[in-house]
Amino acid sequence: MSEALTFNYKIDGDDFTRAGEASSSVKNKLKQLGLDSDIIRKVAIAMYEGEINMVIHADGGSITVTVSDSDITMVLADHGPGIPDIEKAMQEGYSTARPEVRSLGFGAGMGLPNMKKYTDEMHIDTVIGQGTTITMKVHI
Amino acid sequence: MNTYKFMRSVRLRESACQGCINCIKYCPTQAIRVHNGKAHIIDKFCIDCGRCIRYCPHHAKIAVYDPLSVINNFKYTVALPAPSLYAQYNNLNNVDIVLNALLKLGFDDVYEVSAAAELVSEASREYIKKHADEVPFISSACPSVIRLIRVKFPSLISRLLPIKAPVEVAAEIARARAMQKTGLKPEEIGIIFISPCPSKVSYAKAPLGIEKSNIDNVVAIKDVYPLLLPHMKHDDSQLKPISCSGRIGIGWSNAGGEVGGLLVDNYLAADGIVNILRVLEELEDEKLHGLTFVELSACNGGCVGGTLTVENAYIAATKTKRLVKYQPVSRNHLADNPELKNIYWADNVEYEPVFRLGNTFKESLQMMGTVEELTARFPGLDCGSCGAPTCQTLAEDIVRGDATPNDCIYVLRSNIADLSKKIGQLAGDDGTDPELSDEDRHLLHQYICELTAELASFGVPESQRQHDRDQNSELDT
Repeated sequence: MSEALTFNYKIDGDDFTRAGEASSSVKNKLKQLGLDSDIIRKVAIAMYEGEINMVIHADGGSITVTVSDSDITMVLADHGPGIPDIEKAMQEGYSTARPEVRSLGFGAGMGLPNMKKYTDEMHIDTVIGQGTTITMKVHI
Repeated sequence: MNTYKFMRSVRLRESACQGCINCIKYCPTQAIRVHNGKAHIIDKFCIDCGRCIRYCPHHAKIAVYDPLSVINNFKYTVALPAPSLYAQYNNLNNVDIVLNALLKLGFDDVYEVSAAAELVSEASREYIKKHADEVPFISSACPSVIRLIRVKFPSLISRLLPIKAPVEVAAEIARARAMQKTGLKPEEIGIIFISPCPSKVSYAKAPLGIEKSNIDNVVAIKDVYPLLLPHMKHDDSQLKPISCSGRIGIGWSNAGGEVGGLLVDNYLAADGIVNILRVLEELEDEKLHGLTFVELSACNGGCVGGTLTVENAYIAATKTKRLVKYQPVSRNHLADNPELKNIYWADNVEYEPVFRLGNTFKESLQMMGTVEELTARFPGLDCGSCGAPTCQTLAEDIVRGDATPNDCIYVLRSNIADLSKKIGQLAGDDGTDPELSDEDRHLLHQYICELTAELASFGVPESQRQHDRDQNSELDT
């Protein structure tokens, strides 16, 4: 790998109005790199879903995005409650979001499924009570 | 014919430009830089929205358009009044007063853009119904919106409603009818649009969605407005009945007017360039759900807010509403307009990746690395003193080769501090032997001259610099 660029973002918890700022920033950087709009779209959606999840479930966290000439890697790390049953969480429509979160239009149970759907690789590392780290890759 | 695809009608009046940074801060696409004391508009970034015209305190940003004398260039002329023209006048209760005045002003015929707008509304309703599974569609009537999407939102290009703008439809019908009526050749007929904004001026010369526009010239509402006043007769018995548009067509002049003609419930209508940028971002991120149609106008209040209008946009909007109160809903139908060959776009709008850093992905990646490094060196104040709107844009300009790090006064200051330190060393401040060799003395002299010149020229216009240089050389002798 010749050249790689890394961008770091800190995600604040419980501020829905600001969720999406990081994915928006990455999206605009990818546009400046002249990447195909389909790739940009996949990264933006997957990352946005991850960002929202961090806000809803984990009181925020951090995202590191690395762009190399072969892929875009997003590492989303939080110190939230962890995911007790990954298989269940991956089911479309399954959600543990609180009712007040749902009333805002979030928590439709599409977060993790969408992250999987829009990325080429996804890996979840989770420890109950300690946090979750999700690594996603989109090939260029 | 190959027209320049980044044609713009917003220009700089250099003599009026004071080199301040107001315009660079207000430009929504960061298309302006101030270098050597004068603003420069970067063609490919400019979307002709006219925001800088509004905000320049020195009136150095102007719109270029045609003078009304263009009507003498043709054997027969047809005026295409934008519906926003009507909203300029007080107590107007009958559109025919304006239309008759246009004839008295010297036009041979008039065709209302609002009449064509009703055809566009009808075609849009049909198109949306037919393509219900592809919603939401984005309105394509405002050329600045299309140009913004073309350079910044590639994934939304396919959402643009592929239907000609009302003024283009009006021009096509007007020319066909004039040819029929007069037997003249198409080039002998002048189709002249009376426009609320400069973005339509560029559109007429370099249209998007079609190859060539039927509009020959574009004149400004603010030029035509006062000339019509003496010709406006309010006595109904003296008026030729010309007007044939209804509430939907005339309503297009206001924000929310276009969606008003679509009869859809799930819409979003946004106006003002900053607001529409936000909407486009959210649309692109798929954060807006359940929408059928998105109406976007670059100007606040819609077309009545154009920079070539006279009346306050919000008062104009109210006047439009009052004017159409007793009008029938719509008076134009596609079936009655056989002159109109095709209301749909003939060409696709292509993405123009003007904000891309390099020519290839690899090159861009490398350049972005440098941008990040540079941005970290800058103070992050976005003060604009360098002539770029933000520290980030300065960094981008530097990697593109259009600026240098010393354009940042903070970087320059720290470089000067370094220089001073070195001079101090040369002069022996640090306790070393102050004896200078001739070579060192020469170097020191050169050093100070260069530093003085650089400091003196910072932010000073080129012409002024010449003057200063002359004065300096006088002092030298």
